Amino acid sequence: MDLGPHAAFIVLSYAAALVVLAALVGWIVLDHRALKRTLKMLDAQGVTRRSDKAVQ
Amino acid sequence: MGLIDLANPSRFLSLTDRLLPWLAGATALVFAIGLYQASLAPDDYQQGATVKIMFLHVPFAWLAMFGWTVMTIAAFGTLVWRHPLADVAAKAAAPIGAAFTLLCLVTGSLWGRPMWGTYWVWDARLTSVFILFLMYLGVIALWRTIEEPTRAGRVTAILTLVGAINIPIIKYSVDFWNTLHQPAAVMRLDGPTIHSSILIPLLIMAFAFTLLFVTLHLAAMRNEILRRRVRTMQLMRAQAAPGH
Repeated sequence: MDLGPHAAFIVLSYAAALVVLAALVGWIVLDHRALKRTLKMLDAQGVTRRSDKAVQ
Repeated sequence: MGLIDLANPSRFLSLTDRLLPWLAGATALVFAIGLYQASLAPDDYQQGATVKIMFLHVPFAWLAMFGWTVMTIAAFGTLVWRHPLADVAAKAAAPIGAAFTLLCLVTGSLWGRPMWGTYWVWDARLTSVFILFLMYLGVIALWRTIEEPTRAGRVTAILTLVGAINIPIIKYSVDFWNTLHQPAAVMRLDGPTIHSSILIPLLIMAFAFTLLFVTLHLAAMRNEILRRRVRTMQLMRAQAAPGH
């Protein structure tokens, strides 16, 4: 694929998109894992929410 | 399950857990098709191969405005209908909208340099999109400033509604003012002016990025619900601690 005389601008644009979107996805995924770990730890300590008690 | 059932955070979490893998898969598939079509798209007679930046820049611009529109609808949900998940939706959308706005500005700059001879001009379109980016940052900062989520939700909802005026300003800036940025070529009353060989890849990429936005938004909403549960449980633990 010949990207012409302005190939650097095209490649930089796609690279910037990849970096920013990968960072966004990574943040959301890592945040989810950290929150699940914290919830598991709180659960193990016996902390229960009112709505969880109602279900039980 | 009716829509009202989704107001229950636990039901919403159950639904997103089932839906997200399918959404992520669909997003990846549509991106694969879109990027393949974009690679085959012909060069523009004036812009040459740099037209390929349009397959990023235009979807980013649409989704930058879409993000604030989602936040505006969520703001109505918070202030008017008192929907339990409205402020969750608003908070989750802000960083995603900010990322798409930043990418719109960056790719626009990289497209502008070879086409216009400059990375930036303070014309109405570029300036109003830059203001949108600052507004996103402002809302994110405000969310972090106010500790209590319900109160933060109400304050940011008011700011979001005020900022919503910028969306039609961005859209019609190229019509109201004399701008370096070109007028609309797709969303026009008399139809698109782009040839189908470039329009079809553009629309596929726009669909792919929209799916990505929806997927990330639902995932971020899921995280926010879990974050509030963690906060509640930590407060309960602190209250139950001896000597409290």
